[in-house]
Amino acid sequence: MATLQSLDIKRRSATTEPPPHVRGNAIEVAKLIDVSKCIGCKACQAACLEWNDLREEVGYNTGVYDNPADLSPATWTLMRFTEFDNKGNLEWLIRKDGCMHCEDPGCLKACPAPGAIVQYQNGIVDFVSENCIGCGYCVKGCPFNIPRISQADNKAYKCTLCSDRVAVGQAPACAKACPTQAIYFGSKDDMIAHAEERIVDLKERGYANAGLYDPKGVGGTHVMYVLHHADQPELYAGLPNEPRISRLVELWKGGTKPLALAGIGLAAVVGFFHYIVKGPNEVTEEDDERADQINR
Amino acid sequence: MERRNGGTVGRYTTGARINHWITAGSLVLMALSGLALFHPSLFFLTHLFGGGQSTRIIHPWIGVVLFFGFAGLFIRFWAYNLWNRDDTQWMKQSGDVINAREEKLPEIGRYNAGQKLVFWAMTLLIAVLFLSGIVLWDTYFHAYFTIGQKRLAAVVHAFAAVITILVWIVHVYAAIWVKGTVRAMTRGSVTGGWAWRHHRKWLREVVQKR
Repeated sequence: MATLQSLDIKRRSATTEPPPHVRGNAIEVAKLIDVSKCIGCKACQAACLEWNDLREEVGYNTGVYDNPADLSPATWTLMRFTEFDNKGNLEWLIRKDGCMHCEDPGCLKACPAPGAIVQYQNGIVDFVSENCIGCGYCVKGCPFNIPRISQADNKAYKCTLCSDRVAVGQAPACAKACPTQAIYFGSKDDMIAHAEERIVDLKERGYANAGLYDPKGVGGTHVMYVLHHADQPELYAGLPNEPRISRLVELWKGGTKPLALAGIGLAAVVGFFHYIVKGPNEVTEEDDERADQINR
Repeated sequence: MERRNGGTVGRYTTGARINHWITAGSLVLMALSGLALFHPSLFFLTHLFGGGQSTRIIHPWIGVVLFFGFAGLFIRFWAYNLWNRDDTQWMKQSGDVINAREEKLPEIGRYNAGQKLVFWAMTLLIAVLFLSGIVLWDTYFHAYFTIGQKRLAAVVHAFAAVITILVWIVHVYAAIWVKGTVRAMTRGSVTGGWAWRHHRKWLREVVQKR
């Protein structure tokens, strides 16, 4: 077992044997991002770089507030800004994008390298970079387009939910840095209860469709949003409405694999027994003689 | 007295043999490195290639060798693999084929229908594997395809690879079962008796041309 209970592993990529699970009663954690309280200051982005000791290259202004323009191997969380014209009323929707820590992680299912992606008992999905082979299958598995492959070392990177901080009872760096307490961290149950209070408040303020984003298609997530327009998550820089692992990925990574291996094995076995039953197909003396008559 | 074997007949030139074995070697390496990433229980195969990262790097490059190797075989052999009426008849008598009742089969030219099917299946599969492999080769091509296209390519690539391995098993087993076949690719020639038994029409053509 891992030394720290918070690092006990629930699922491990490309591993056929189950991890130890006698403890198995860890509290599930979650980060709750209250989009309605976010002021877009990017303190969370800065805190993420600082805690994880990452350096983003100085980039270019692309004409919008998003900076850098996309997630990268060094930018594990990114504020995405959307201007929404709500019937003449301009709303500035700001969503902190990053790994959602799915309960049913597409990246982990797609990964071919044993132990390169793990899911801890507390729900955090983490990349173990030493085991990563840089194939990019996690990118194909992810329903949220989060992992990024580094050009420098050909390994995949994304938000760890500060698994190192959580292991010692600290909240993630972004939650710690947020000046408006738009980012909460705690047990998933507590975060849902808190979100419900916030939703009641938002509804009183006229956001009739306010709600919690905890998509069931991926088994729920350990990063959740409170959205003013929970009926239209796409408004928030394309947050998927009903995310789920692509059917193509499930076909590619599901029961067809052992079936294919069995088929290959069967073909070899059939060949072997054909030989055992029928014996070799040998040239007879008559064949040789007939050939001699014409092949001079 | 030494048993006569009907003399020998040239079947493959030196160039064709080298071409075949480069293709064969790269196909086997492709299967091993591909299977390593196909199923967790076969991940240990990455050790043959120096680890996971090296396997990921080397697999597509061997694929390039395989593609050009097979392209060479295609140019050499495609004309011999065109389908004819005897092939359809041969296919209808597949029971006689697997029971080695060759006296009941029509006389066969340079290749029989089974060999032709292997040829055309490999042609199609290697083309599909090459194209879907390019889509998956993120090191150089990640920016040119969408994630949706890459997901489709991954499924197609894995499916085509499994079929390729099955076709390869048929190809190798046929060479093991039909005695005297392997020397065609190792020494370039076959015995007259072998040619009479399995490719009589071809033997007659070769003899006539002398």
